[in-house]
This record gives sequence, structure tokens and C-alpha cells, in this order.
Amino acid sequence: MQASADSTLIAASASSRQSAAPLRLSWIGLAAVLVTLLALIPLGFILWVTVQTGWETAAALIFRPRVGELLVNTLLLEVLAVPACAALSVALAWLTERSDLPGARLWAWLCVAPLAVPAFIHSYAWVTIVPGLNGLGAGVLVSVLAYFPFLYLPVSAALRRLDPALEDAAAALGHGPWSVFFRVVLPQLRLALCGGALLVGLHLLAEYGLFVFVRFDTFTTAIVDQFQSTFNGPAANMLAGVLIACCFALLALEMLARGDERYARVGSGAARRLVPASLGRATWPCLLLFALVTLLSLGVPFYTIARWLWAGGLQVWRLDEISAALGHTTVLALGGALLATLAAIPMAWLSIRAPGRLQRVLEGCNYMVGALPGVVVALALVTLTVRYLLPLYQTLATILVAYMLMFLPRAIISLRASIAQAPVELEQAAMNLGRKPLDALWSTTIRLSAPGAAAGMALVALGILNELTATQMLAPNGTRTLALAFWAYSGEIDYAAAAPYALIMVAASLPLTWLLYVQSKKMAGQ
Amino acid sequence: MSFLELSGLRKSYGPVGARVAAVDGVDLAVASGGRTAIVGPSGCGKTTLLRLIAGFERPDAGSIELDGTRLAGPDAFVPAYRRPIGLVAQDGALFPHLSIAANIGFGIARDAPDRQARIAELVRLVGLDEAFLQRRPHQLSGGQQQRVALARALARKPRLMLLDEPFSALDTGLRASMRKAVAGVLEAAGVTTILVTHDQAEALSFADQVAVMRAGSLIQAGTPRDLYLRPRNRMVAEFLGEAIILPARIEDGRAHCLLGVVPVDSTVRHEAAEILLRPEQIGLEAGAAAPAGGVDVVVTDSEFSGPTCTLSVRVANGAGEAGALVLRRAAAGAPEVGTSARLTVSGSAHLLD
Repeated sequence: MQASADSTLIAASASSRQSAAPLRLSWIGLAAVLVTLLALIPLGFILWVTVQTGWETAAALIFRPRVGELLVNTLLLEVLAVPACAALSVALAWLTERSDLPGARLWAWLCVAPLAVPAFIHSYAWVTIVPGLNGLGAGVLVSVLAYFPFLYLPVSAALRRLDPALEDAAAALGHGPWSVFFRVVLPQLRLALCGGALLVGLHLLAEYGLFVFVRFDTFTTAIVDQFQSTFNGPAANMLAGVLIACCFALLALEMLARGDERYARVGSGAARRLVPASLGRATWPCLLLFALVTLLSLGVPFYTIARWLWAGGLQVWRLDEISAALGHTTVLALGGALLATLAAIPMAWLSIRAPGRLQRVLEGCNYMVGALPGVVVALALVTLTVRYLLPLYQTLATILVAYMLMFLPRAIISLRASIAQAPVELEQAAMNLGRKPLDALWSTTIRLSAPGAAAGMALVALGILNELTATQMLAPNGTRTLALAFWAYSGEIDYAAAAPYALIMVAASLPLTWLLYVQSKKMAGQ
Repeated sequence: MSFLELSGLRKSYGPVGARVAAVDGVDLAVASGGRTAIVGPSGCGKTTLLRLIAGFERPDAGSIELDGTRLAGPDAFVPAYRRPIGLVAQDGALFPHLSIAANIGFGIARDAPDRQARIAELVRLVGLDEAFLQRRPHQLSGGQQQRVALARALARKPRLMLLDEPFSALDTGLRASMRKAVAGVLEAAGVTTILVTHDQAEALSFADQVAVMRAGSLIQAGTPRDLYLRPRNRMVAEFLGEAIILPARIEDGRAHCLLGVVPVDSTVRHEAAEILLRPEQIGLEAGAAAPAGGVDVVVTDSEFSGPTCTLSVRVANGAGEAGALVLRRAAAGAPEVGTSARLTVSGSAHLLD
């Protein structure tokens, strides 16, 4: 693989530099190890509790019909929703990137925009429009509408990067358009599809609010139920253990499906521009598909919010409550984003400047921890603080640490991309000009990667803004974020009072979603 | 009767009002079994012309006929995958997700009984070992990738092979040997070939017909020798090699120019014409060995660059005209700066349009 070839190259140059700056490497390595150990706490804790519970109790709690039921639900949800998302995303991405669809840029943006609407607001909108909606079908429908952009983004970026020379070569070898699509284009989308499908699958495992609205039970909803009735009893912990197993099964499945093929362009030279395929008479049906997707994924939530706001009139805008919620959300989002980004610096730096075995192990750990649902992290931190560090239970510090653990991968990915673009020569030049290693790092690489850090912070803040489960379980008493306020009102079926909060969350998410869209364009070199 | 015939081919890009003609009225005939090179500076439209022939683009006007079958025209368009035309792209365009065997077999029906045998035969044909078949494209060097691309394109037994700068990504040393190997393979297979390149030396050595393209039009087509020695105009002359172009007066089949009186390949009387001499036609002898005839020159500058050196000389001829010339000579035995020498012209000059 190219990546590993590159990293051995970098490793070679890194090891030659090690003698020059052994101190810097060890400090940063140490920081990365500490962050990773912290990140491993929830996972380790659940495992430890399982062992402590004893095999017989654990088995009794795990092998029971209720767990089997949840497992079947989860399996059906994944098997139905993920392929549906993939098929929809590939079709939409091909049409926006490779065909002469009128208004393709606008449609592309509209395919990303549903991300600005938190999943539970999608669900809230559907339930108020179709009150009888519930069960597996409803869960799959709303999941697909809420999460397909996670697949659309990587697939469309991959489609833009494909080398058209390969398709020309296949056509010159006698393959018609459909054959070329299935034998040349689709295989090259494999990495994007696997990555996106994993992301959607993990979100489905972690999602809480969406499924509560449509009364569909998953492990996450069951754990929260259990937690609310019996606090942090072994039953909740055992369910969390099964949920973790599901996550790891997904990770393993993705690794298997991804394989170790190389999909990068072979050879040198710039790729030729893409020639859009002519849709001809299919243009109208395709436009209809986009109109339908936009209507269902954006029209329904916006219509519902507007309808409730209209019905609620002025009195739903309780400004004191809303401004308090805004304040709480801002503090948590900014604090969490800052903490996650700071914690991400050592890992991101290590993976670019000094890749090696340590870095691979640490990265693998962070990757696994990043896949854990918020409810697992929260449950572990609740148990830990209640048993051993009671003064820290339900404090700002604990909830911020939970956010950091949950959103660390987002921060690392953004930061890593921009550190990779800051040439190491600048760091060396700074040292050459008399700066100490850490000072040189700060004044060059960290400065230059500020845009990436900002983007990472924005993504973390977006995650915190729409976070429900961990906030519910860990935040200090009296905390009322936008999401919590929305949840409280909609739980009391006061949909009109919940609407202003939904509107604010969507409005705050839109710019961040735009950022995501622009980033994906940039990654494709446009 | 030519095998491939392009007539009045046109293709423009860009929005209405700002359309740029990439191919602007191209006529070209290619003989069966022949090798034609289309050569021109980058951006001249040669790749678009190739894509039109391959069927990736639909011409705005004009027609393409292959062996009597109309491939493109006002009332017909055969898409690329139905044309019996092979293509080797600039960097091979091998499918990165398939093995070498699967790449070569891509154009062979999956249930063809002799599929494996044909793949093995093709890989041997392009001079690779069968052990390569299990490898992946990225495990091969650039030259090997090009060989596989050629084998893959030959698998369908195309009637016409298009080569889109297939050697330009290779090292200089490898380029010449690959060119020879590819020419040999295609000759043995009896496939008519069109090569697109910006490298004039490559075009002259590869093809039996060279067409020079510029700004979407073919300026001149002919045999390599013809084009080199008798280019139509200054652009073609300078593009195909070093050229010494001098103003001259033509009279009775002779050109009167700075270098004296030189025979010319035209008998038309012309007061102000331009003639072309190739550097290898010019001799420069210093000192006692200087032969009779020719003109006297003084070397004013000399720039050494290994096997050759570039001399600047000041010429003063018998007719009282004076001027400067730049000549590249073998470095060994080249006259020193400040010495005088005698400059002679062999063969005849060519009259440019």
C-alpha cells in the first residue's frame, strides 16, 4: 500500500532525525501515551466490571431473551439501513459528480445538508407528521435520511478523484457504460464505501434519541432505560459489554471488506478532466429522485419546525430559558472542543512526523475507542466517579473528559491532515535558528496547522451540540443544553415548546455542515 | 484506398460564446498497416483528435471512417466500446484493483475457453515473464506497466491502435528501447498505429507518416524525411529540428543569401524569400585546411557543453552583407574564439512558404 510505503519513508527520515531531537520525541510520545491510556479507561472499565461481576451473573445477564431481541433488532437495522444508505449515496454521488444533471452543485450541497439536522430532530419531525410511525421500518427510514450523507461525502469525493483514463481504457476494451461502472468504477469506490458504511453503522449503534421517538429498541436505548431505572447496575454494564462487542464486530467486518488492495492512481502525470455523462431522457426522473430525497430529508424537518413554531407563536420563545441553554451549550461545546484538540496534538504529530510501532499501536487504540458509543463512555465514567472519585461525579470536568474521549478521533483526523501539509523543513529551520524543539514545533507546525485545528474544533463542537446520551448521564445537575431542553419538552409531548431549540440547533449546525462540504471538496483538490 | 480516413473533423469546447476549437477541420488518411505520428506542441489538440478517433468524444462536424465503415459523422456515431480500436494511454491506465492477468484479460470474454492461454501469449508477446501475471500494477516499473497496457490493448485484436504519448513518462534511456519494442510488436501483429506525441525525434523515428499539428489543424503530413528536409513553413521547420533560416533572393534555382550562393529546390524567381538549411549541411573549417568557396567567418563566442559546443560566428560575404549565426558543432576540433574560419554549405537549401 502506498500509505505504508510512505510511512516507512518518513520513518526512515524520522529515525535519522531522532538523534538530533530525542527529547522532543519522548515528550510528545509520552503525552500521546497518556492520552491513549485515558481513552482506554471506559473500555477497560467495562471489561473489568464484567470480570468482577463473575461469569455466572454475567452469563445470566447476557444470555437472556431480552438481549437476543435487542441483538436481532440491531442486526436488522444494520443490515437494512447501511446497504440502503450505500445504494442511495452511490446513485446520488454519481449523478452529482459524473453526470450533466442540472444544478448539480446545489444538489450536492443539499445531499450534505441533512447532517445539520440532528438525528433525533429528524425523528421528531417524522413522528409529528406521521404519528403512528414506529418500529423497524420507521427506524430504517429515518436512519437512512439522517445518515446517508456520511456515505455520500466520501463516495462523491472518491468519484471526483477517479482517473477517467481507467474508464476510457475499459471502454476501449469493449465494455459498455454499465459494465464499466460495475467492473471499474464501483471497485474503486470500495474504500470510500467501507469507511462511510462503518461510520453509518457505528452511528446506528450509538444513536439514542432517534429510536426513542419511533419506539424502536436498540442496545443504546436499552442501556439508558436500564440506567434510569437501576442506575449503574451490572445489567446496564453487561448490555454495554454486548454493545462494545457489536462495535468491534463492525470494525473487524470493515477491515475484512476493505482488504489490502491499492486503489491509488498507478503512474504519474495529472489526471485528465472528467467528461460528464449525458443523462438525456433520464434527466427528469433523476431530478425527481433528488427532489424526493431533499423533501424527505430536509423538507420534513424544516416543515415540522416551522409548523410548530407557527402553532406555538411568540410564547414558546422563553428567552431566559433559551439564552441559558445557549450559554450552557456554548461553554460545553467550546470547552470540549478545546480539550479534544489539545489532546489530539501529540497523536496527530506522532502519526505524521514519527510513525512507527508505538504510533501504530496508539492509533489503533484511539480508533477503537472512537468507535464506542457515547452511552458506553458515559456509563463507564459514571461508574468510575461514583465508586472511586465521587467529588468528580456530575462535574464539568467529567463531562468535558467524556466529550474529549468521544470526539478525539474527529480532532485527530483534522489536525493530522494539516500537520501533513506543514513541511518538516520549517520545523528544522526554526531549530536551526535557535529555537528549542518544543518552541520550534509551536512556532511552525502548530501555527501552520491552525486551520485544521479550527476545523477539528468545529466538528467536535458540532458533535457536542447534538449530543444527548452522555450529556444526560454526566452533566452537572441543573445543566440544560439545547439538546437536553429539546429532549425534555418533546418528552412531555410539548412539541411546540421544543421547536425553538430544534431551530437553534439546526441553525448552529448549518455553517459547520457547510465547512464539512467545503473540506470534502478540498480533499478532492477542487 | 486508405484504411482510416478523417475528413473535416471539428470539435470545440467551452461555453457558448467563448468556444475554443480544439480540433479545427482535420483531414488525414492513414494507410493500412502503417504507422502515423501526430506531433505538435502541447495544447495543439492532438489528444482531442485521438479521443475523437477512439470514440470518447463526438465530433461537432466531419466524419471518421475505418476501412469503409463510418464510425462518426453527421448521421452516425459508434461508441468507444463498439469500435475495433485499441488504446495505450500516457501512463498505461492499468486498473489498480486487478492483477496483471486480470488487466490483460479485461477485454477478453470471461468464458472464452482459451482465455488463460491468450493472456499468457500476450504477456510473452510484449516481452514480459509469465511470473508477472500474478502481480499488481503498482509492483511494476513504468516500462513494464506500459508493456502490460499494450498487451491489454492487443487482447481484443484491434484493427487500429492508438498510442497517447505512451513513452513520455519513461526515462530517456528506456524510451528509445520501449519505442523500438512497441513498434516491433505492432508490426508483427500487423496493426495500423497512430502515435500522438510532442517529441519530434520520437515521431520521426517511429512513424512512416508524420503529421504536424498546431492550434487544432494539421499543418503538413508526409514521410519523416520529407517533412524534415522540405517543411512547408517556418513553424514545421523549427518544430522538427534545429533550423537555420535565412532571407534570400531566388534566381535560376539558386539562392543568394548571407552564406553566398546556394542551390535551392525551387526554380521560381523570388525577390524576398526565406530558405532553410539544417545544421548538418554546414561545414566549418579553420586554418590551412580551409577549402575554396564558401564565406569567411570569425568566431565571436564559444559555449562548451560536453560532446558539442555552440559557436557564435560573424559572417561577412562577398556581396558586402554581414550578419551573425549560431552553430552547434562537435566540440573536438572546433575553432577557438577569435579565429577565422571558412563556412561551406553542402546540398541544397529548401524554400519556405
